[in-house]
Amino acid sequence: MAVLQMQRISICALKKNRKAILERLQELGAMEIDIQLEDDSGYVKMDVSNSKAKFEKQAQTADRALEILQQYVPEKTSMLASLAGKPLIDKGLFEKAARSQDNYIETARRIVALDKQIAEQKANILKIQNQMEALTPWMGLSVPVNYKGTRKTSVLIGTIAGAAGLEDIYSLIAKSAPEVDAVDVQVLSTDKDYTYLAAVCLTKDVHLVEEALRAGGFAKPAQAVNKVPAEYRKELQAEMDASIQKVEALEKEIADNAGSRQDIRLVSDYYRIRAEKYEVLGRVPQTVNTFALSGYVPAYRAEKVIREFSDRFDAVVELEKIKEEEEPPILLKNNRFSESVEGVLASFGLPGKGEMDPTFFTSIFYVFLFGLMLSDAAYGLIVALACGWALLKFPRMDKNLRKSVQLFFWCGLSTLVWGILFGGYFGDVIDVVSETFFGHKVSIPALWFVPLNEPMRMLLYSMLFGVIHLFTGLALKGYICLRDKKYVDFVCDCVLWFLLLLGLIGMLLPTDLFAGIAGTKIVFPAAVSAGAKWFAIIGALGILLMSGRDNKNFGVRIALGAYDLYNITGWLSDVLSYSRLLALGLATGVIASVVNQMASMGGRNIFGVIIFILVFLVGHTFNIGINLLGAYVHTCRLQYVEFFGKFYDGGGRAFNPFNLKTKYVDIKEEN
Amino acid sequence: MLSMISGNGWALLGAALAVILAGCGSAYGVGVAGQAASGVVTEDPSKFAKVLIMQLLPGTQGIYGLLVAFITLSKVGLLGGGAAEIDVTTGLMILAACLPIGIVGLVSAIHQGKTSVAAIGIVAKKPDQFGKAMLFPAMVETYAILALLISILAITSI
Repeated sequence: MAVLQMQRISICALKKNRKAILERLQELGAMEIDIQLEDDSGYVKMDVSNSKAKFEKQAQTADRALEILQQYVPEKTSMLASLAGKPLIDKGLFEKAARSQDNYIETARRIVALDKQIAEQKANILKIQNQMEALTPWMGLSVPVNYKGTRKTSVLIGTIAGAAGLEDIYSLIAKSAPEVDAVDVQVLSTDKDYTYLAAVCLTKDVHLVEEALRAGGFAKPAQAVNKVPAEYRKELQAEMDASIQKVEALEKEIADNAGSRQDIRLVSDYYRIRAEKYEVLGRVPQTVNTFALSGYVPAYRAEKVIREFSDRFDAVVELEKIKEEEEPPILLKNNRFSESVEGVLASFGLPGKGEMDPTFFTSIFYVFLFGLMLSDAAYGLIVALACGWALLKFPRMDKNLRKSVQLFFWCGLSTLVWGILFGGYFGDVIDVVSETFFGHKVSIPALWFVPLNEPMRMLLYSMLFGVIHLFTGLALKGYICLRDKKYVDFVCDCVLWFLLLLGLIGMLLPTDLFAGIAGTKIVFPAAVSAGAKWFAIIGALGILLMSGRDNKNFGVRIALGAYDLYNITGWLSDVLSYSRLLALGLATGVIASVVNQMASMGGRNIFGVIIFILVFLVGHTFNIGINLLGAYVHTCRLQYVEFFGKFYDGGGRAFNPFNLKTKYVDIKEEN
Repeated sequence: MLSMISGNGWALLGAALAVILAGCGSAYGVGVAGQAASGVVTEDPSKFAKVLIMQLLPGTQGIYGLLVAFITLSKVGLLGGGAAEIDVTTGLMILAACLPIGIVGLVSAIHQGKTSVAAIGIVAKKPDQFGKAMLFPAMVETYAILALLISILAITSI
């Protein structure tokens, strides 16, 4: 349970070792590079932006090639593949990839190029299809669409608006140009917008005929082709067939490359690592013959780093303590149980400067409260088994994911325990099944009590757990004050509040009000009652006088104290907030009972059994899902708002070491 | 005049109101949050799980309503036959006990839905702030839980 101590490490070495040192540092992954120069005259920094951009682009090309391969030759992955994590490969294999990087990246480029060609061919096919569609109405024409006519005759080919019959067109011509007698009109096709027609007449009459047709909305086609439509269509068809064949050939060529998937993955990671290295290289100050590096290293690894670099590379390595004004990055170290809650902590915020790591306490309360909210033995067992199986089955699971799954494993166990205490096994499935199918009711009694039958009792226990949780938070605040030797703060912000709150609780317990809620009257000895009263009075007076202690003006100081005393309502609402433990616990049990009741409606026969199984499976799957979500959200809330509110702000920066940031594979470390 | 309806009738009305009001609120809340979530998924399908959680948050009020209604029905004995006839006063008391989760459930689910929409906005832009984003809708839920608590305590102690 600790924030690992960081130290500042500075390395100065000869330039000839630069590459080797950077590579070794990256392999170790123990140092976060943080170079702060007071004065950068006399140093040179390399401009690496071009190389870095080149590597990043190549990594992207490789990623793109993998995406394309996945599209054309999908790799079969199971639904749980995302749990499996990155495979571990030998360093030798990776070095081989580094040597043949040019070949591998060439394959990737080739795949990307093939994909581009496919896209072009597909666009071409689409274009031809459009052309063929535009040609369809003209198919009846035995001359090219832009045919003008012979020496003596002229042909007018075009469309008129609307669906017109042959007679309509003849009457149109007869009306506008009665003097023309030799005209032959052929309607090629009609659709709902246009009539496609060809009119033949003597060349001398062509203007009159055209005028007449124009009155009916005649227009020549926008793109007239000088080929006979039927023949042109054949050409287009042939062209399209060729394109389709090309696409098939290209797709096959891509599919042939499926075997080099692994190579492309390796080369992608190789370029990613190099890009990272160049990023650091660009920040390194250099002189003609030397270069220097500085950054943070966790204290427990510092020794090894120093030895390695001073022995192997003749480097000068210095360790320093972190200065007052620096804000070192945060790396947490916890036992195997507590580390599972680190993800929950990180999503609130890592410990800020001078704060303690609350992971240990958070983990205990998290698992405890989560189980209390879900509180069904069968659900807990299912969750624990599923998570346990995943942990065993996928040993190389991503580290953060692993922690989450671990957390749910522990929460599942806790749920199992609470379920046994409260007598919940799929709600009341044993009662229902025994009564419906076997005729006499069997039930497993709760080890402690059934919350649904005694909600007031459960409510009081929820609040008791809440008070314990909150007091732990306040105690941790006191601990932080003591650790930082702020004794006045310790007394004023922690001890006085404890006095006040314990006093108030002591005064509340023997009252009739509490007796009405709890059902039993608690009687304290007179000394305890008097003690509680004095505790509360001393606490209240102390807070009134001391909370505004930073303020010189006495009036303002008292006013601030009174305002702080008002926080007692905050404590009240914090404690009430724990009533969600009761509400969510009941929700699980009651929904489960509803499911069981619906399931048993089929009665005592084969049909009833089938209905029972179906409703049982669907209903309880739904209930587990919705209540897991509820328990997760509300346990987080109790930690973030009520618990952390007492002593913890967060705001720390995560340790981000210079290491091998790979996407597809992990490289086995050589020993 | 109130005695024109039997005690069981009033109790049933209470159960119905708890389910109807809280359910309507949750339907609205989950609905608006779902629209926002769909928008995020069209841009980035990998955020599906995160925004789904956000969408489900305003759904709990409907479940609380169901819970209270179920307790009411089993209290009156409408489930499993053999309904005992209860007097009008008790029926009206049960109706009153159902109102907190009904009304608070309705209003809080609507507001939780809107808060979820905003929280989905956080997830869309800063997925690493998921923990904090989740907290805002969860704050609204507190009041639904308090109402649920009073409804349950009232019904079980009538």
